[in-house]
Amino acid sequence: MTDETPPEENVDVDEKREALITSFSEILGEDLVESQLRPNEDLWLRVRSESWQDSIRAVQSAGFEYFGFLSAIDWEIAPEGRYEDTEFDGGLDEEDDEPVEVDSSTGYAGGESRFQILAQFYSLSQQVGVILKTDVGEDMTIDTIRDIFPGADWHERETYEMFGISFRGHPTLQPLYLPTEFEGHPLRKDFPLLARQVKPWPGVVDIEEIPEHLEAQLEAEVMAAFEANGGAS
Amino acid sequence: MTATSDREQMAYISSQAADARVNVELDTGDMTLNIGPQHPATHGTLRIACQLDGEQVIRAEPMMGYMHRGYEKLCEVRTYPQCTTLINRIDWLGSFANEVPFILAAERLMEVEAPPRAQWIRTILFELSRVANLALFLGDMGVQIGALTPVFFAFRDRERVLNQIEEVTGGRFHPNFDRIGGLKDDIPKGWIEETRSVMVKMRTFCDEMEDLLVGNEIFQARCRGVGVIPPEVALGYGLSGANLRASGVDWDLRRDANPGLAWDQIEWRVWTHPDGDSFARYWVRLQETREATHMVDQLLDGLPSGPIMAKVPRIIKVPAGEAYVSTENPLGEMGYYVVSKGDLGPFRVKIRTPSFNNISIVPWVMKGVYVPDVITILGSLYFILGDIDR
Repeated sequence: MTDETPPEENVDVDEKREALITSFSEILGEDLVESQLRPNEDLWLRVRSESWQDSIRAVQSAGFEYFGFLSAIDWEIAPEGRYEDTEFDGGLDEEDDEPVEVDSSTGYAGGESRFQILAQFYSLSQQVGVILKTDVGEDMTIDTIRDIFPGADWHERETYEMFGISFRGHPTLQPLYLPTEFEGHPLRKDFPLLARQVKPWPGVVDIEEIPEHLEAQLEAEVMAAFEANGGAS
Repeated sequence: MTATSDREQMAYISSQAADARVNVELDTGDMTLNIGPQHPATHGTLRIACQLDGEQVIRAEPMMGYMHRGYEKLCEVRTYPQCTTLINRIDWLGSFANEVPFILAAERLMEVEAPPRAQWIRTILFELSRVANLALFLGDMGVQIGALTPVFFAFRDRERVLNQIEEVTGGRFHPNFDRIGGLKDDIPKGWIEETRSVMVKMRTFCDEMEDLLVGNEIFQARCRGVGVIPPEVALGYGLSGANLRASGVDWDLRRDANPGLAWDQIEWRVWTHPDGDSFARYWVRLQETREATHMVDQLLDGLPSGPIMAKVPRIIKVPAGEAYVSTENPLGEMGYYVVSKGDLGPFRVKIRTPSFNNISIVPWVMKGVYVPDVITILGSLYFILGDIDR
């Protein structure tokens, strides 16, 4: 496993969370693939998908007894582009394609598959949250955790219908929101948003860039007006 | 048999009744009762399919999706400032409070911090939406058990708070006022004094509710001991907000995980109740409403001067990263898990809404209760449909 600290130098070291990462790497052992620490934020831990249930159990017995949420991320880039408006996407391609492709498969604590499950838990005694991630393999199946945290029941049903990920051992894996005859998994990136195909999105951002010499002038005007106001209402 | 005394006669009758219970096997087939989709207790369109054995519920299954609007998908095809318009409409009774965690998540990714004055005004509006939201609950709970007057009081007094929110933001229900880096505008002249007098009125409203409902015998009989949720069950289901605190868990995100607003700079306390029943949930929300009015008073006193907007670019591009920010909204913990890829809009937004988790306990808590209690429990759990369906 690798411990990554954010690149910023001026952030103070978060001892509480670092100690937690050390203890988690002891508890989880080989099951912990990667972790990410950002000061004063939730911890990110990525565990092996085979030991998803065991890891959750270990996290629960480590004092993280509050269940926050469970969901999934689809890391694929939407084939229609972000705005699903070909005219606009065509204009933006040269600028934006590159940075998007660079981190198409990463995210905090890394990942190797298209779909990732993530779940958040909170420890009331330590006042810190932890976000567990795991990769979903080709079979699109993962163990259920509703026996450990009953609140995960509905979250798993929602993830099932929205992403098409099955949960092994879940007794009532039926759609939660969608009608039973609905086809497809709406939150997958390749599921087209019909509204955008019918009508172009009127909210496309097309602000004219301010020329550099005007920008400085504009800012000076704003500051002058602000100071004239006495800095407050 | 000739009865020699009342007591003997009573004993005879009860023994006969016991025999009848043993000997006669009545055919009591299960009955399915649909509560909703249109019912005053469902705050929108929630349907609860109750399987009944006589008067007793043996299985209750909420059916959602009547109002599913697919906000998580829609956020993926909008820019960050455009997302707040949608987010307003999740919990529509406390809409300003919805915007705050999303904006804070975006700010955390951009490493922008709003100036102190903006943070304080955010906190004031946040607490005002809490008062407006919970005031409706305080009155509405009366309607669920048959007392009509409180809800009229609630609608009358909530309007005062909504007027104050409207005066600042321009919108009663959907302010769309929070911006990445600060706020759209400063507060208008004379607003502080008006808000102070409204807060006094809201405290009177809380006293009225206390007199009308909390001390009322019928209210107590209908609510005490009904729908008890022990703390460990509440935590496992991810209950949050007043529902969790009414089970005796002393946890409030405003105090314990303050994401940067002004809550740590004023004096206030977290209210809990050990009982975990419907009455406790009502009582905690009542105390929280009163506490929120005191918080607004203090925030108005200490309001710092200065700018209300940090320096942010005109076209907002959020650097790549992930952030989860949650705040203590009127209904409970509301959080946004934002995944950014350095684009104009989010790559993925997971909206963790309080009502979704709060209502997921319904099948557990409804098991074995009687039909009239279903409504009391639903009312006391307090959910907003937009907050479940998103």
